[in-house]
Amino acid sequence: MWSLVLRRLLLTLPTLLGASLIVFAMVKLAPGDPISILMPPDAGKAEIEAVKEALGLDRPLPVQYLKWLERAVVHGDLGRSIATRRPVVQDVLDALRNSVILAVASSMLALIPGLALGTLAAFQRGGVVDKVVSAVAITGVSVPHYWAGIMLVIVFSVQLGWFPAMGGPSDPGIGPYIRHMLLPAVALALIPLGVITRVVRSAVLDILAQEFVLTLRVKGLYTGSLVRHVLKNASPQILTVMGLQFGFALGGSVLVETVFSWPGTGYLLNIAIFQRDMPLLQGIILVLSTTFVLLNLAVDVLQSLIDPRIVRG
Amino acid sequence: MRSTATGIAVLFLVAALTGTALAQGGTLRIGMTASDIPYTGGQADNGFEGLRFVGYQIYEPLINWDLTHGDRLAAPTPGLAESWSVNKATPTLWTFKLRNGVQFHDGSPFNADAVVFTFESVKNKDAPQFDRVGASNTGFRLSLIKSVRKIDDYTVEFESVKPSSFVPYQLLYLLMVSPANWAKVGKDWRKYAESPSGTGPFRVTRFVPRERLELEVNKAYWNPKRMPKIDKLVLLPMPEPTTRLAALRSGQVDWVEVPPPDSITALKGQGFQIVTGPYPHNWGHTLRLDKAPWDNKLLRKAANYAIDRVGICKNLLNDTCVPGTGVTYKGHPWFGNPKETYEYNPEKAKALIKQAGYGDGRRPPRAVHLISTSGSGQMLPLAMNELIQKNLKDVGLDVDVQPVEWNTLLTRWRAGFHTPENEGLNAWNISLAFPDPSSAFQRFFHSKSVVPTSVNTMPYINPEADATIEAAEKTFDVKEQDRLLGKLHEIIVDDAPWIFIVHDLNPRAMSAKVKGFVQPQSWFVDLTSVSVTK
Repeated sequence: MWSLVLRRLLLTLPTLLGASLIVFAMVKLAPGDPISILMPPDAGKAEIEAVKEALGLDRPLPVQYLKWLERAVVHGDLGRSIATRRPVVQDVLDALRNSVILAVASSMLALIPGLALGTLAAFQRGGVVDKVVSAVAITGVSVPHYWAGIMLVIVFSVQLGWFPAMGGPSDPGIGPYIRHMLLPAVALALIPLGVITRVVRSAVLDILAQEFVLTLRVKGLYTGSLVRHVLKNASPQILTVMGLQFGFALGGSVLVETVFSWPGTGYLLNIAIFQRDMPLLQGIILVLSTTFVLLNLAVDVLQSLIDPRIVRG
Repeated sequence: MRSTATGIAVLFLVAALTGTALAQGGTLRIGMTASDIPYTGGQADNGFEGLRFVGYQIYEPLINWDLTHGDRLAAPTPGLAESWSVNKATPTLWTFKLRNGVQFHDGSPFNADAVVFTFESVKNKDAPQFDRVGASNTGFRLSLIKSVRKIDDYTVEFESVKPSSFVPYQLLYLLMVSPANWAKVGKDWRKYAESPSGTGPFRVTRFVPRERLELEVNKAYWNPKRMPKIDKLVLLPMPEPTTRLAALRSGQVDWVEVPPPDSITALKGQGFQIVTGPYPHNWGHTLRLDKAPWDNKLLRKAANYAIDRVGICKNLLNDTCVPGTGVTYKGHPWFGNPKETYEYNPEKAKALIKQAGYGDGRRPPRAVHLISTSGSGQMLPLAMNELIQKNLKDVGLDVDVQPVEWNTLLTRWRAGFHTPENEGLNAWNISLAFPDPSSAFQRFFHSKSVVPTSVNTMPYINPEADATIEAAEKTFDVKEQDRLLGKLHEIIVDDAPWIFIVHDLNPRAMSAKVKGFVQPQSWFVDLTSVSVTK
C-alpha cells in the first residue's frame, strides 16, 4: 500500500510538469497579451517596452518558461501576478481556501440527499418514488449550474432578500461567511446531486441483485440492516464518483464562482485568463492539478481500506 | 396606512437586529466593473475606473478636476497646488505654489519634498523610492515633464521637454504620496499599498484583495467645501454585469457602474435612479486610410451619413448614448463648427457613393472591420455593429465584422494595420477617452504619432492638422487653445478618418437613498457631495 502511495506521488511530478507546459503553450498561442490590459491605450511604445522588459516578457518563450520553472522548483516561488504584482502563492492559497470550503459544503449538499434519494429509488424500483427521483436526478445533471445560480439570486436575493447576491464575506466571522456561501454552494451542488443519485441508484440495484442479499433477506434481516450492508458494498463506486465531483467543484466551478463573484480559484482563473496573467494562471493550474491528483490518490487509498478485495499496486 | 406601519416596524426590527446605529452620513457601497481592487499604493491601475474610485478618493494631484458641475466639461482646478504659472522667458519652466497646512493620512506634512519624492517615484528608475507599478501606471502620462526641483518648502519648479501648454493636463494624473509613510512601512511599495496614506477625502480602513476596499472620512481633510457627507465608503469589484445588477437590486450595494442597457426600464420602474450625462468618451470605427475602400474620402463621408445613430441610442441602448458626429460632442469646447453634420441621411450617402464612381450595380470593395465581443467602454459591441453593418449595406457599402476578444483587439490595434494578421483589415471598432488635448487629438491625428510611436493607426497625415495641433500646444491662452482645437476638430470631421458613431453617457444606477450626486462631464466623480439616507 505505502509503496503504491509513494509511486503515485512520484508520478504526480511529470503530470504537473505536463500540465504547466500545456497551460503555458495555450496562453502563448492565444492572441492578446497582458500588456494590453495593464497599460492604457495611450501609453507610448517606449513605456510599453520598459514594462515588458521589467516583467521579462521580452525574452524568448522557452526562456520565460524555464525561468518560471526554475523559480517554482528551486525556490518554491510562483512569482507575482502581472496584473496586481501580488505574490501568486498568497492569492492562490487564499482562493483555494474559499474554494475548498465551498466544495466541501456543496459536496455535502449533494452527497447526503443524493445517497438518500438514490437508495430510496433503488429499493422502490419502478415505483412512483423511483420515477420522481430519476426526474430530479436528470434535472440536476441537465440544468446549467450558472443559470441555476442566476435563478437562485433572483429568488433568494432580489425577491426575498434572504441572502447576499454576490461576493465574499462582508465581515469577519462564520455567520457572514455562511450567508455569502449558501447560494453558490446550492448552485454548485445540483450537478453532483444528480450524478450521485444516479450512481447510488444503479450501484444499489447491482448489489440488490446479488445472491448474498437474497441470503440476508431469507435470514429475515430488517430493511434497515439490509440498507447498511448494501451501502457498504456500494460505497467504493460511490466514493470514486464523490472524489471526482469534489475535484470538479474545486477547479471546475469557474462559471458559478464568476456568477457569484465568489473569491475562489474558479473566479481567479477566469480573471487570470482574460488578463493573460501568466504567472497567476500557472500558479492556479499547478495548485489545482496537485489537489486533483492527491484527491484521486486519497480516494484510491480509501477504497482499498473500505473494501479489502480491491488490491492496488 | 397599515402597510406603512408594518414597514416602519420592520425597519426598526431590521435596525435592531443588525445593530446599525442610524448614523448621519451613512455608508455608500459601490459595485465597480473592475475585476480587482485597483492599486492603492498611489498611482492607481485599472484605467480611469481605478483613478475614479481609488486614486482620486485616497490621493490628490497638484491640479484637480473640477467635478462639481454637470453642465460643462470638467476643467482643471487648484488641488494641492494653489497656483501655477509658466516662465515667460523660458516657457519650459513651470512654477507651482503649494498649499500650506495639508497633511497626509499618516500625519506628516505635504510639502515640496513630497512632490519631488512622488515625481521621482514614477520617473526616476535609479531613485530608491522608484515604484515599478506606479511608474507603469502613470509614467507615460508625464511624457512632457523632464524633472522637478524644490525652490522652497512650498514652491516647486517643473521642467518640460519642450514648451507645451499641455503640461498642467499631465499633472492631473500624478497622485501625491507620503515619503514619511513609505519610510514607515519599510520602504516597500507593496506594504505601502496595504496601509496607504494620501491627502484625499477618504482613508483606507480595510483592504481584502479581490473582494473589498473599505474607506472612512479623512477628518483632517484640508478642503472644508469637499468634506464628505458619508461616513464610510465601500468599493466592491464586480466584473459581471448581471452580478452587479443583482447586487443592486438585492440591496447589497447602493450604486453600480454601467447597468446593462436592457435593465434600465425595469430599474426605473423599481424606483432606482439612473444617472447619465455626456463625458469625453467616443465609440466609433477607426478607418484604414491607405487601402480601399476607406482611402476614398467620399466613401468615408458616405459611411458617416449612413448610420442611424439616433436609432442605435434609442432602440438598442435605452438612451445611454448620444449620436456622435465627431471626436468630441456638441457643446464641448473643442467641437468647433464642422461643415459636415453626419445626421442619418441614406440618400446623401448614396449620392456620395455615386460621386465616388460607384453605384448602378458597382459596389465599393468589401471591407473587414475588427470588433470586440465585450470590453471596458465597448458598450454592446455585437448588437451595435450588426445594426451598423445593416445601415452600411443599405446604402451600398459592404462590411464584414470580425469579432475577437477585447484583449486581442487591444493588442492587434496597438500593433497597427501593417502586420501579417492585420493586413486584411480595413478598420477597428475601439472606444476611446479624450479628457485632454493630447489624448483627444495628438496621439491619433498627428503625423508624428503614427504606429509604433503612438496610436495613429490609420495613418492620418494632414499637414494642416499637424500645424494646428502644434499651434494649440504652443499657446498658453486657454481661449485661443480652445479655438484652435475647435478648428482642428472641423478639419478632422471633414476628413472623416473615423466612422463617428456614438458617445456613451456613462450610465450609473443608484438606489433612491443616494442623494446629492452630480454627474460631471468627466471620467471621474466627486463622492464628497453624496449622502446616503437610511
